[in-house]
Amino acid sequence: MTRAILTVVGHDKTGVIAKFSATLSANNANILDVNQNIMNGDIFAMMMLIDVSGLSCSFKELSAALTEDGNALEMSVHVMHEDVFNAMHHV
Amino acid sequence: MLNSYDILETINMIEEEHLDIRTITMGISLRDLASDDINVLADKIYDRVTKRAEHLVKTGEDIEAELGIPIINKRISVTPISMIGACTDATSYVPLAKALDRAAATTGVNFVGGFSALVQKGFSKGDEVLINSIPEALAETELVCSSVNVASTKAGINLDAIKMMGGIIRKTAELTADRNCIGAGKLVVFANAVDDNPFMAGAFHGIGEPECVINVGVSGPGVVQAAIRRAGDCSINEVADIIKKTAFKITRMGQLVGEKAGARLGVPFGIVDLSLAPTPAVGDSVARILEEVGLECCGTHGTTAILAMLNDAVKKGGVMASASVGGLSGAFIPVSEDEGMINAVRQGALCFDKLEAMTAVCSVGLDMIAIPGDTPAEVISAIIADEIAIGVVNTKTTAVRVIPAIGKNVGDELEFGGLLGSAPVMDVHKFSPAKFINRGGRIPAPIHSLKN
Repeated sequence: MTRAILTVVGHDKTGVIAKFSATLSANNANILDVNQNIMNGDIFAMMMLIDVSGLSCSFKELSAALTEDGNALEMSVHVMHEDVFNAMHHV
Repeated sequence: MLNSYDILETINMIEEEHLDIRTITMGISLRDLASDDINVLADKIYDRVTKRAEHLVKTGEDIEAELGIPIINKRISVTPISMIGACTDATSYVPLAKALDRAAATTGVNFVGGFSALVQKGFSKGDEVLINSIPEALAETELVCSSVNVASTKAGINLDAIKMMGGIIRKTAELTADRNCIGAGKLVVFANAVDDNPFMAGAFHGIGEPECVINVGVSGPGVVQAAIRRAGDCSINEVADIIKKTAFKITRMGQLVGEKAGARLGVPFGIVDLSLAPTPAVGDSVARILEEVGLECCGTHGTTAILAMLNDAVKKGGVMASASVGGLSGAFIPVSEDEGMINAVRQGALCFDKLEAMTAVCSVGLDMIAIPGDTPAEVISAIIADEIAIGVVNTKTTAVRVIPAIGKNVGDELEFGGLLGSAPVMDVHKFSPAKFINRGGRIPAPIHSLKN
């Protein structure tokens, strides 16, 4: 299984999870885990663990689509392969 | 399992602290290429490089997108051209430099290194032709980098070659005077040059290397500086520990990228070079790390001690993070490419002699320093001789990349732009070393070269 981490940070507004979930679903990315909270009253911070092994598009295209969603919502978005975090933080 | 702190830390390093992979460099052997016709040989070099590196840039970009880590440069290094050119009777290897330049443009890399000669003990056929071709080669190409190894701890110091290089550097600057003398910024003179350096301008594919190899150079001065700042008041050994931990994380990223690139290109992964490579961007400076540790300005007393600690801690942290560490591995201290160093020179805090002292404990040498345009060739040679002696005696790589700023003097600056930055012209000593340089010959290897 190939997994990636999606992080979304920005001012909270309606429909954030809905928007990203729709994009993920449209490209056949499966959401495995979600961690979301509101910091300081209005900063939305979300991390999603997603399975990207069955993508119907390329990883690059998925990443671009999610970044576009982030731009539309004025939120900062990162999609990174899980390997990066495992390499950096696990010996 | 991953925790959110680790994830946010990584993203913060990339977004706020300029963490990136500085370069993935493909080393390509040209050793089996031969022709007595230099133009045929040039075509063979072009074909070999473009074929081997056909997918290098795309693979780099794919990995960049997938991992979400910027990979700033994709580059190529080749077998020292003096060895390849020697099969011809040509009196200039400029056509070979042009072939490399075309190959670099075709493959989309931003530099190709290896217009080089290794003359630490003397000149063989091709070496002098190559060295004499350097000024024209660098003036007539955009992407070619050149280096000459003039000394090693084993062989001693080739003073004849150093004498030549003083004039070559001057001429290279003169021929590119209309472009901020940039030719000299692509030319390095080495002692103890390494075979697997992924960084320019000094990269070449050494003769003991495999047919083709991927080497990775990491970066991350901003990450180190931020980690020290967060630690606040603590003892210097705690600072060293923080640097070690940070270097470990940075290097793991390099190892990951190197493994992926090698596997996708079907090429063995060689080494990770642990160097902290700065850029002119604010927040990506080695000098600012030294200041963060506790200097009012880089270049003041205490600079050398902190740099020594930094260089050592980077190695200690990085060495466990990678399966194979190599290249230059340490802290780079280029002047024009480091925002904090440029500032220190402008403030009058950092002088040429202090830079020379710093090179005794950092990973390379006198790097990207503009000197007055009227500096005589023998003074440049003597600058090289001093720097190279430090490397030879301390069994380390040292290098000189100085840029005579033609038509300019102290107080002026050379503006290169991009990653090469801007270089304030620095003062050099005025008394003549001409008699020493003109003696020629070879300084014998130091006693500790006899290790067998």
